[in-house]
Amino acid sequence: MGAARMRQGNGGMEMPLKFSQWMDGVGPDADIVLSSRIRLARNLAGLPFPHRMDEAQSAILLEQITEAVRALEPQWAVRIQRLADLTAVERMGLVERHLVSPQLVQEPIRFQSVAINERESVSLMVGEEDHVRIQMLWPALQLEEAWRAANHVDDALESRLSYAFDGKIGYLTACPTNVGTAMRASVMLHLPALVMTRQAPQVFTTLAQIGMVVRGLYGEGSEALGNIFQVSNQVSLGLAEDEFIHNLTVVAQQIIGRERHARMHLLQNAEVALADRVGRAWGLLTNARIMTSEEALRLLSEVKLGQELGLLTETVSATFAQLTTMTRSASLQMMAGRDLGPDERDEFRATTLRTHLLGKD
Amino acid sequence: MGQEFDSSDRVCQRCQTHPASVHFTRVVNGEKSDRYLCEACARDEGAYHFMLGPQFTVQHVLGGLIGEAPGARGRKETRTKRCPHCGATYQRFAETGRLGCDRCYETFASELEPLIKRLHGSLEHHGKIPSRGGQHLIHQQRLDALRAEMQQAVAQELFEEAARIRDEIRIVEKQAAAGGGRADAAGEWGDGDASQI
Repeated sequence: MGAARMRQGNGGMEMPLKFSQWMDGVGPDADIVLSSRIRLARNLAGLPFPHRMDEAQSAILLEQITEAVRALEPQWAVRIQRLADLTAVERMGLVERHLVSPQLVQEPIRFQSVAINERESVSLMVGEEDHVRIQMLWPALQLEEAWRAANHVDDALESRLSYAFDGKIGYLTACPTNVGTAMRASVMLHLPALVMTRQAPQVFTTLAQIGMVVRGLYGEGSEALGNIFQVSNQVSLGLAEDEFIHNLTVVAQQIIGRERHARMHLLQNAEVALADRVGRAWGLLTNARIMTSEEALRLLSEVKLGQELGLLTETVSATFAQLTTMTRSASLQMMAGRDLGPDERDEFRATTLRTHLLGKD
Repeated sequence: MGQEFDSSDRVCQRCQTHPASVHFTRVVNGEKSDRYLCEACARDEGAYHFMLGPQFTVQHVLGGLIGEAPGARGRKETRTKRCPHCGATYQRFAETGRLGCDRCYETFASELEPLIKRLHGSLEHHGKIPSRGGQHLIHQQRLDALRAEMQQAVAQELFEEAARIRDEIRIVEKQAAAGGGRADAAGEWGDGDASQI
């Protein structure tokens, strides 16, 4: 897999797009679960939360975090950089690869920084809502593995930092919605059959009743583009981390079961219609010359479903997660090596998809 | 799914320069018109008067929860209460949903406790404890768990098991007594921390 390269040019310096480990598409239930994420919020004791820090306090935070990050074992090999040193497109690219939250790249950008490792499986967001947020992003359904890794990094950081912690209510965070474990665990699920059979709203209503939140592809406020949904724990206090993770894993497995059942139902009752839809999606993706991002996500979702159900025989070397990410606007512009206007983007997106799906690299 | 649009792919219909980030549908006398505008133009056209979406954030919901908190008497006093450590007021928290610093949890403890209880359904942390300065808490958590186990063993008349757990409790208690004091002194609530900043 590795890096994707564009063959056709529009005159810019074309760059291969970096794929994160979470996009590998391998692991338990990888046919439905795109990724598993653990995020821990941590704050330093005695220092105001980021939104109330002055210049001097920001400098102290950055210095302490940088020192702790540098002391991490070589296996993590994270590189810390200030977001102000990146272009707006590069910052947006990080959001599209889910390495930083949309909030972290919101203007004005002052001292906010991010530390990311080579495979982009760990990212430490500095100066978002909390002083530091440790994020682990793994492919497929591997919440426990991601938690173990996050816990390890947290231990290592904590050996050098004094965390804000209360014996009764746990880790203290800028917003009381995150206190306690200060952990948010989430899974990204591809649920086309639940959407097609109109079961999704009912499933999500049930999830809300048991303290789970469902969001779109890019978190809070974003829509479920490409039938991709994020499910995470709403509550962070009262249970231990592994209990929260166990609950979410069980819930995810139940949703996976429902999705598989819906897929079989579609296959048994409407195979021709489904095969037709998948085939048309493939035809458009491999022939269109202009493609908007929402059309791309919708069609890629159908192609992915077709592949999983054996309705499509063509082999594609890029994974669903890689393809959906590369069609986003900042990622496209990073591949093109220059800024692209909306029309240019739609054209470049169509070219990129054709190249990758037909394997003419 | 027909109403999704990638804001970055469309230019504002009014100024024709900024990317459109607001999809504004107006229905007048049954006639529907769609407008794709940037933030500034949407505000100019008064689109925000009709919109709830972008304002409906965690902060706003929190603000609502805080506003209707029971025991609202003396609310004026509560709202102007100020954290001596960072200067943040409760009023500010009610508006933004964010506290000023870790000490705000102490300052506004009486106001925050019912809120946290409502948000999480609990007021007791059962998860990870930082090993630095939290050693005594780790011991405490272990002791709580062992005592619960012992009670269960007694209830089931497993007296040998209960005796074994009792011995383990004694060992942990000794460890806590030996190391607890030191951990307390280095705790993050010590006054020493503030002077570093």
